[in-house]
Amino acid sequence: MNIVIVGHVDHGKSTIVGRLLADTGSLPQGKLEQVRQQCENNSKPFEYAFLLDALKDEQAQGITIDSARVFFKTSKRHYIIIDAPGHIEFLKNMVTGAARAEAALLVIDAKEGVQENSCRHGYMLSMLGIKQVAVLVNKMDLVSYEEDVFRQISQQYQEFLEKIGIQATCFIPVSGREGDMISERQENLSWYFGKTVFEILDEFHKKDIDENLPLRMPVQDIYKFTKFQDDRRIISGTISTGTVNVGDEVVFYPSGKKSYVKSIEMFNQPAVPGIGAGYAVGLTLTEQIYVKRGEMLTAFHGHPPEVTSRIKVNLFWMGRAPMELGKTYHLKLGTMKVPVEIEKIEQVLNASNLDSTDTAQKIARHEVAKCILKMPRAIAFDLADRISPTSRFVIVDQNNISGGGIIYEALEDAQSQVRQMVIERNYRWIMSNISREQRFERYGQKAALILITGRRDAPRKEIARALEERLFMQGKLVYFLGIGNVIHGLDADLTNDPDTHPEHFRRLAEVANIMLNMGTILIITAIELQKSDLEIIHTSIDDDQIKTVWVGDEDSSSGMADLHVAEHSPREQVVEKILELIHTNLSS
Amino acid sequence: MDHLTELENKSIYILREAYANFKNLCMLWSIGKDSTVLLWLARKAFFGHVPIPLVHIDTAYKIPEMIEYRDRLTREWHLNMFYGQNQAALAEKQTFPDGQVDRLRCCRLLKTDALKSTLEGTGPRFRFNHDKDLYEEYTGTESFTGVIVGIRSDEEGSRSKERYFSPRDKESLWDIGDQPPEFWDQFNTDFSEGTHLRIHPLLDWTELNIWEYIKKEGIPTVSLYYDQGKGTRYRSLGCYPCTLPVESTAKNVDDIIEELRTGKFSNIAERSGRAQDKDDGGGLETLRREGYM
Ligand SMILES: Nc1nc2c(ncn2[C@@H]2O[C@H](COP(=O)(O)OP(=O)(O)O)[C@@H](O)[C@H]2O)c(=O)[nH]1
Repeated sequence: MNIVIVGHVDHGKSTIVGRLLADTGSLPQGKLEQVRQQCENNSKPFEYAFLLDALKDEQAQGITIDSARVFFKTSKRHYIIIDAPGHIEFLKNMVTGAARAEAALLVIDAKEGVQENSCRHGYMLSMLGIKQVAVLVNKMDLVSYEEDVFRQISQQYQEFLEKIGIQATCFIPVSGREGDMISERQENLSWYFGKTVFEILDEFHKKDIDENLPLRMPVQDIYKFTKFQDDRRIISGTISTGTVNVGDEVVFYPSGKKSYVKSIEMFNQPAVPGIGAGYAVGLTLTEQIYVKRGEMLTAFHGHPPEVTSRIKVNLFWMGRAPMELGKTYHLKLGTMKVPVEIEKIEQVLNASNLDSTDTAQKIARHEVAKCILKMPRAIAFDLADRISPTSRFVIVDQNNISGGGIIYEALEDAQSQVRQMVIERNYRWIMSNISREQRFERYGQKAALILITGRRDAPRKEIARALEERLFMQGKLVYFLGIGNVIHGLDADLTNDPDTHPEHFRRLAEVANIMLNMGTILIITAIELQKSDLEIIHTSIDDDQIKTVWVGDEDSSSGMADLHVAEHSPREQVVEKILELIHTNLSS
Repeated sequence: MDHLTELENKSIYILREAYANFKNLCMLWSIGKDSTVLLWLARKAFFGHVPIPLVHIDTAYKIPEMIEYRDRLTREWHLNMFYGQNQAALAEKQTFPDGQVDRLRCCRLLKTDALKSTLEGTGPRFRFNHDKDLYEEYTGTESFTGVIVGIRSDEEGSRSKERYFSPRDKESLWDIGDQPPEFWDQFNTDFSEGTHLRIHPLLDWTELNIWEYIKKEGIPTVSLYYDQGKGTRYRSLGCYPCTLPVESTAKNVDDIIEELRTGKFSNIAERSGRAQDKDDGGGLETLRREGYM
């Protein structure tokens, strides 16, 4: 069982861990004597905390700088104690440690009382979803083992915990240095009749495996290893919640694509008919639908996840630079990674005293905030009060995980309606026996949609024709479709007023979707595509197939174009650039 | 789910994350029990395949049986096997004890430096050709920027501070105080130009877990780990001049598990047979900062 130990610096965490090790006989032989000897040589008083200071520079700094893992066992079971640092700069190490834990020991110095980090760490435990917390009021020897001191600190801290909605498992008066109430009860605390630290450890229960919740499995990868004539196409991932069985009808989100589980793959193990949360599995499907890393596998006959690009969250920030409005970050949830921005900061909270402000423009290090986040495309997730594991995300700022949070509300976005239609279409998609891969192999290419757009007088169509010709001559399956061909035919029933604008693009995207399914390289031209138009297309089609080319100077697609070409660049050169852009599609 | 199964599934998840996120990935295989368990976990993660190149640093002082075992599994499991060597240092006899340098310097040259140049592609690399059944000098120049390593946090102090995904800068330096956080199964899989990543899927395993897993899965191991009748066995494998066997009559996996469970070794560090750890106070820590695993 993983236990994290947290608390304000110098309140005695390392000392208590040192005690736990010594009292359980978990130290290497001679270690205790060795450390005692070292202390004597350096004329320093012996500290139980030194037992942990395995690293040179850590001793030099005199503080625990990272969450170290320490192993020990009681008569009941094995423990890994994750020793988190108390120094304020090192909150990220505490989070790293605490997130692996099933229960926590939170240490408060009886003499100093509740401090900034006693509260901050408590808050972080609640954000991380750790429900079992034993509060140890340490250094009771310094307050003459007074019951009143203990009562008062317990009560004060209890009030804080109530405000953030957690309930301590218990409060224990201890002395790490003297060894009171760690493994043994002693006279000093004869007024205390509760559990010792050892007893409470053995009473913490293992995290429930979430098998009874609806099925969620973030797709980690699709494997097709051809060595040894292996022709399996395996969807891999670790089941987050629920169970999956051979024969189950499963749906992937955000796409809404559906299939049945054909087999559960194993290596060096007999096949199983079903498997549950916590297992790293591999599934083959009856239909070879196109899914990719980042999607979430769910059961068709189960509670569906939320799918949207706008979310209300509660997040904590650990980055050195604050999280700011107008800046792009990445959000990772399950195996999905998408760009993200803050749309609105609703409230910022100082986690150590619960002071809040609702006019903040940024979220500083160690602050907690309620805010609205928006992403350029939808993700699949759950709400914290329903299925918590798939409501948790982290924020990446320039390569580093810098924040984390939970989603508590799904908000509508401009694509909600179109998205619902697409999901519905994918639910009901009628399968063929020819797989996408087979088509790619036959045509020697991967399907792609090249959108050529730009100002009214830009030579979009000329470029499209030249590109089509070039690819056709190379033997590719390619088709040029001017948007007019759809507007005056398929869209003949639609008027030309702005209201119908989205519907034109939805229909265009549906036509494109079918042609991409055929394996075609499709070239579409349209005048000045707007961001909202592109979003409709991206919502309707697997968006890794789309490449947008903007011809001319102005760019109303605001950054969504993959390639910009000058209006008057030589045609041949433009064609070359586009071919370069899609070069991975030109072989199967 | 029992503890061993939990460890197994967590490690598989990490291996798959590594594979999904990095192009130039490799896995260090020291031939020892830990990295062999790691290799086995890769076969589990990828359903019998090992789509990641394996790298062995051959100091030329490895016990011969280790090399035989390496090549046997390479053939049987169709591994994409590479080895690297500091041939210059060997030629100049910059070795211990038969050369002119001390243990630590020998380690630095034959392991740390060899590893660095093998990963970077600046030193000689040899790759097993399965058709010809022999090693050939590898002419590719790409460097491995993601390195999967089978270290465990119970092995030794400095290892208990590791992350599962740990960025190292150009010089392979490890900034222990300032590592980005890792939680909710989210790892730091992005890194800037010039840095590379160490990935540690076995961090939460103990020595006992390793042996229990070897037994559960029937993973083949080198016989050096077992007593062959002389009352000694190796607990940790390294170079023969610097690795001493421990006293033990454990003849098979069951005996070893029994030995570890009953705590015969609970008071002796696992690497105590490795002489280089003792040569200076934080010897391993120094080597580790420089990139030695
Ligand atoms: N008197 C007394 N001092 C203690 C006790 N526990 C820890 N200390 C002292 O408090 C200081 C900080 O302890 P340490 O364990 O390093 O704190 P950490 O920063 O929370 O890990 C050290 O000097 C310890 O000796 C205790 O129970 N009683």
